[in-house]
Amino acid sequence: MWQSRVVEIWVGLFVAAGLAALFMLAMQVSNLSVMSTEGGYTVDSHFDNVSGLKVRAPVTIAGVRIGRVTDIGFDSKTFQAVVTMRISDRYNKIPTDSVAGVYTSGLLGEKYIGIKPGIDDTNLKNGDRVKGGQSALVLEDLIGKFLFNKAAEGPGK
Amino acid sequence: MADTDRPLVEIRNLSFSRGARKIFDGVDIDIRRGSVTAIMGPSGTGKTTLLRLIGGQLRPATGSITVDGEQVPKLSRGELYRLRKRMGMLFQNGALLTHMNVYENVAFPLREHTDLSESIIRDLVLMKLQAVGLRGARSLMPSELSGGMARRVALARAIALDPMMIMYDEPFTGQDPISMGVIVRLIRLLNDALGLTSVVVSHDVPETASIADYIYLLSDGKVVAQGSPEELQRSDSEWAQQFLQALPDGPVPFHYPAPDFREDLLAGREASPQKGAA
Amino acid sequence: MLDILQSFGQFGLGFFERLGRATLLLFNMVLGLHELLPRPRLVVKELYSVGVLSLLIIVVSGLFVGMVLALQGYNTLVDFGAEQSLGVVVALSLVRELGPVVTALLFAGRAGSALTAEIGLMKATEQLSAMEMMAVDPIRRVLGPRFTAGVISMPLLAAIFSAVGVIGGYFVGVGLLGVDQGSFWSQMQSKVDLYDDIFNGVIKSLVFGVVATWIAVFEGYDAVPTSEGVSRATTRTVVHTALAVLALDFVLTALMFGEH
Repeated sequence: MWQSRVVEIWVGLFVAAGLAALFMLAMQVSNLSVMSTEGGYTVDSHFDNVSGLKVRAPVTIAGVRIGRVTDIGFDSKTFQAVVTMRISDRYNKIPTDSVAGVYTSGLLGEKYIGIKPGIDDTNLKNGDRVKGGQSALVLEDLIGKFLFNKAAEGPGK
Repeated sequence: MADTDRPLVEIRNLSFSRGARKIFDGVDIDIRRGSVTAIMGPSGTGKTTLLRLIGGQLRPATGSITVDGEQVPKLSRGELYRLRKRMGMLFQNGALLTHMNVYENVAFPLREHTDLSESIIRDLVLMKLQAVGLRGARSLMPSELSGGMARRVALARAIALDPMMIMYDEPFTGQDPISMGVIVRLIRLLNDALGLTSVVVSHDVPETASIADYIYLLSDGKVVAQGSPEELQRSDSEWAQQFLQALPDGPVPFHYPAPDFREDLLAGREASPQKGAA
Repeated sequence: MLDILQSFGQFGLGFFERLGRATLLLFNMVLGLHELLPRPRLVVKELYSVGVLSLLIIVVSGLFVGMVLALQGYNTLVDFGAEQSLGVVVALSLVRELGPVVTALLFAGRAGSALTAEIGLMKATEQLSAMEMMAVDPIRRVLGPRFTAGVISMPLLAAIFSAVGVIGGYFVGVGLLGVDQGSFWSQMQSKVDLYDDIFNGVIKSLVFGVVATWIAVFEGYDAVPTSEGVSRATTRTVVHTALAVLALDFVLTALMFGEH
């Protein structure tokens, strides 16, 4: 019966459209495509304070995203935060004396790791440690510092 | 086989209530094999309910209903469904499936319950439609059928699986004389030709009496008269006489119970006195 | 005073009675689903009337919701200088919430009420009774395929809603309001997680699909077999589905997106 064939074709199109929409959401909208271009090497860094930094935060150098934070842990011997990151294989020429810091993106923004390149001839490899520099800015410390400075300037200024 | 002497359907001491109303109060009915048995009575005596009880859609409060040796209220779901395949039912309005045409409706039980090939099904459907005279209407949709034609299609569907028994729920109600005659003839013809047992629930006296082998008269939840049509004509039961002769008043009263007429009128007068009385 | 208590009690008991009947119906239906495997045609036919015929309203609504999200989102974000994050706002709102929930509500109104009316009418014209007498279980033969079709359709429709919404947001945000095309997509891609957001959204729409279709077929099957009864049943379907979906949404959102 031809009528049921038309129905079946429409249903097939419908299901295909639904699956295509799901696919599009997965590919275009989500971080699937971004995730899958990982592969790359792992390095880690120690910081005094990483408050606000999240797993999957970007790792950048000169503002260009080169990788992601994959793990945030704690070293109970040195009482420092250990940040593990994965850097894409394309960027394998980062000098071993580069310094990583925790920065804030924009005013309200999220925390990310920025790497300031060094001048060594050797490059970072899988498992290396990057020197930790700038820790995360904590608002209370900033305010405290500001008030202290203000007080140090003396009265009547 | 001694079994074939026993009635196909035996109802003993049936009681059933809907809410506070007692619909059946100790009813005994036998439906003999191969016969057309009529269940008659005034409207509202629960005749349709009786068919539903026989078919297992309702459960009696007390009493037994036995169909071909099987106790219907005690059957499991699977057994009940197996029994129903051997029973056909014709609903008052036909109850055709409205999204399918005539052919599909008659083919429905065949497709659901058998593994027969489409060509065999086609032969069977055409045969059943031929028996009711509607083979040419096979492509019509139920909405395009007249009431009488819809019932005949429903009848063809009811005999699709060659049941042992068919129940007819008010088959003559609201029919013009010609369709009435057709249905009357078909019920008797199919019963005899196919060796069926038929149960006809109706209040149309002349039509039913013309084809029934045995009649049960129900009123107030009890069997008030029974017998062949001739026996009932000659019976001196008041019920039988009022019903068969269509008398407006008798054991079934004309007036619905009400307070005294004069009192009722006067009560209305006092509540709203006439205006502008001198 | 006692009267009020009594009517509350009756209402409560009535509610539990209906819930119990509905649950028994669900079990009966689900247990009979395997009977549909050799007869996919039945489900396909229902997929057409439940899914395909809902496409128009879903696509149009999705498009407009996405476009409005972009407009409203832009208005607020621009005050913080964060308008380049518009893609994130549109995508997350759709995928996490609006996609599953609005689709479920639209589904209840269009497909759910149609299912209830159809089944209720079949009950009123004794077609379901006739099927029973023909030894065909109407719960498995009539309700089962419709339920299956609803559960399959809902996630697909919700995905289409979200996808079309994102596209609509893109046209308004990038095309009309001047958000940078690259930022629109790249920010979205970095913030929308496949598992946390999209997968959870699909789960939500599956749950909504079960609930919405279950309510629709139950109300039809349980309807009083008169024209009034059917009309009341269709109203109940829409109202109860809306309430159930919104309540479940809260619960699911708390479970999925709350702080772990």
